[in-house]
Amino acid sequence: MKHLLGIRDLSTEDIQRILQTAGSFKDVLKRDIKKVPTLRGKTVVNLFFEPSTRTRTSFELAEKRMSMDVLNFSVPASAVVKGESLLDTIRTIESYEIDYMVIRHQSSGVPHLIAKHTKASVINAGDGINEHPTQALLDAFTILEKKGRIAGLKIVIVGDILHSRVARSNIFCLSKLGAKLRLIGPPTLLPPALKEAFLIDDIEVFYRMEEGLEDVDVVMMLRIQRERQGKGFFPSEGEYFKLWGLTEERLRLARPDVIVMHPGPMNRGIEISSEVADGPSSVILDQVTNGIAIRMAILYLLGNQREIR
Amino acid sequence: MNILIKNGHIIDPSQDIDGIGDVLIENGRIKEIILRPSMVMQRAPDWKLIDATGLYVLPGLVDMHCHLREPGFSHKETIRTGTLAGLKGGFTSLCSMPNTNPVNDNETVTEFILRKAYAEGACYVYPVGAITKGQRGEELAELGRMHAAGCVAFSDDGRPVMNSLIMRRALEYSKVFEVPIISHCEDLALSEGGVVNEGKVSTRLGLKGIPKEAEEIMIARDIMLARLTGGRLHIAHVSTKRGVELIRRAKEEGINISAETCPHYFTLTEEAVVDYNTNAKVNPPLRTEEDLEAIIEGLKDGTIDVIATDHAPHHRDEKLQEFDRAPSGISGLETALSLSLKLVHEGHLSLKDLVLKMSFNPARILGIPKGTLRQGLPADIVLVDLNREFKVNSESFVSLGKNTPFDGWTLKGMAVLTICKDICNPNDLGSSYGSQ
Repeated sequence: MKHLLGIRDLSTEDIQRILQTAGSFKDVLKRDIKKVPTLRGKTVVNLFFEPSTRTRTSFELAEKRMSMDVLNFSVPASAVVKGESLLDTIRTIESYEIDYMVIRHQSSGVPHLIAKHTKASVINAGDGINEHPTQALLDAFTILEKKGRIAGLKIVIVGDILHSRVARSNIFCLSKLGAKLRLIGPPTLLPPALKEAFLIDDIEVFYRMEEGLEDVDVVMMLRIQRERQGKGFFPSEGEYFKLWGLTEERLRLARPDVIVMHPGPMNRGIEISSEVADGPSSVILDQVTNGIAIRMAILYLLGNQREIR
Repeated sequence: MNILIKNGHIIDPSQDIDGIGDVLIENGRIKEIILRPSMVMQRAPDWKLIDATGLYVLPGLVDMHCHLREPGFSHKETIRTGTLAGLKGGFTSLCSMPNTNPVNDNETVTEFILRKAYAEGACYVYPVGAITKGQRGEELAELGRMHAAGCVAFSDDGRPVMNSLIMRRALEYSKVFEVPIISHCEDLALSEGGVVNEGKVSTRLGLKGIPKEAEEIMIARDIMLARLTGGRLHIAHVSTKRGVELIRRAKEEGINISAETCPHYFTLTEEAVVDYNTNAKVNPPLRTEEDLEAIIEGLKDGTIDVIATDHAPHHRDEKLQEFDRAPSGISGLETALSLSLKLVHEGHLSLKDLVLKMSFNPARILGIPKGTLRQGLPADIVLVDLNREFKVNSESFVSLGKNTPFDGWTLKGMAVLTICKDICNPNDLGSSYGSQ
């Protein structure tokens, strides 16, 4: 692997290798000294064209734990606001002899475009409504950790599937790992041609929580972006919570050992109740911890490939 | 100067000509067509001789939908480079769409374009004026004055006239001038923010989709308005199956409607945008296999009258952007004929049908004296080698716009020589035709 642009292009073996490698790094994170010298002397730039706290922090910590030199580049401080073109920005950064670029951008396909114009390894940290591959990988890692397997599990993703890069990466990832996938959401927030697009025959779609939650092993909640309201996707946040909010009562429809996940940041009282978010089924904070291990693993694997090259 | 084109296969549907013969051009005009091979035309010593043996001799192609970008966007294309690209592709007449800067919504801009085309144009340019002032869809532009200045049709191309009342008025008012209203059919509310066809590919690539219905709803609306007004409606760049069906039904009903499609809609599907290829970003977006088949069917049964290019050149830097930000459009003049000849090679259309769709019909719809080899008219002629293969190389485009999704494709059949304004323009790839 030279780049990590999306789960779409990964094989099942690629995914398994990343998850396995992340396991080793998770062990490192349990030690007293959490830093390894593996990528000392390598330089990474975190290029965030869209605001992000969690993902950027997680990447930065992972990079530092790998002993990398880290450069942060975010929009408000950048030349982009001065009208510089994307590729000019990339060429400028390229001139610093960068080894890795971690890219977050509001337009789908930007990491793919950049990968064609740089010698550095590109890691997609979320592009438009396309993919957020490291999130899907850390989600898979977390499920594996809690459930011991993914193949055959009933996993439901709930919310704004249409605009969610997290959902899309998870659909690619979990289907490649053999999960039985379900989606729940308002019809206005479900994408068209799901089976043809994802090449999954048995993906199930539900409009009602009561139907879709039955007997599931894993519930993945998505963040509802508040700007969607007023665009006609749903009438109000209150109504959204009434119809698609995850409550304790609804969660009882799932299997007793169900785990609840959320990529954060959460909107309590809109897509998830506090009781569930803070309850015993929630693995939301484990996801955050595992994010570091996954990102370390990816940096390691991409770096490894570069050495061979 | 006299030019004698000898021994070519002449096809001119306007005069029912389809056979081997000679064409004599005198001072830039068609002097005579001789079809009987026995009557060999005697060549005077000072005549220029073009041996067209093995070639087809056709009326110069007429593109009723292209963007020459002047005034305002000469970094994308100029009237000079656009018309040269046209000649290379076999076109001798181009209709330039009004989405320039300033918009061609008044006679001054129309006159500017025509003056520039007269001075610098390598082929003929027929401006299309805007339907509404500033293409804003709010208020009719001065159609009468623009028509008097030389506009041959009206369109807010690139933008639809969303207000049904304004569209009704345009269809009514333009009846005075007997020119078509060319409709870019797109419901802006349904297409908002969209960059590819809505469906499999938009879901797979995480790009916002434009449903086919955004186009079809407006085709249906405009058909109803054409029925109401009796105005002349021409539907631009039809891309969907149900769009074709709507037009077919309207024609059966006797509504005054004509329609065009573009080579990319019968050659490519939405799959072409895979890997975020901005050169395949076009509006309306590339659709699906069933649409592609329906477009070909529509061309075969006459529902679609015209193959236009929608030549939309853009600067390299503009296409080398985020997919969402990159402008829509394909630089099409230099590949349109070859892509359309594929329909001939595959047996969907006869060469005569193709001449109708790319030359005679657009001229007839626009009411311009083109698309014919009739005696006395300016000699706009294209010589076509049906079997010459070549590899598309965008870097060798004459157009300033190198934005094509067909780069690297091998195509069969091409214009080898285009005669226009009394000048023989051999295609670079076409070796020495016309140099004798």
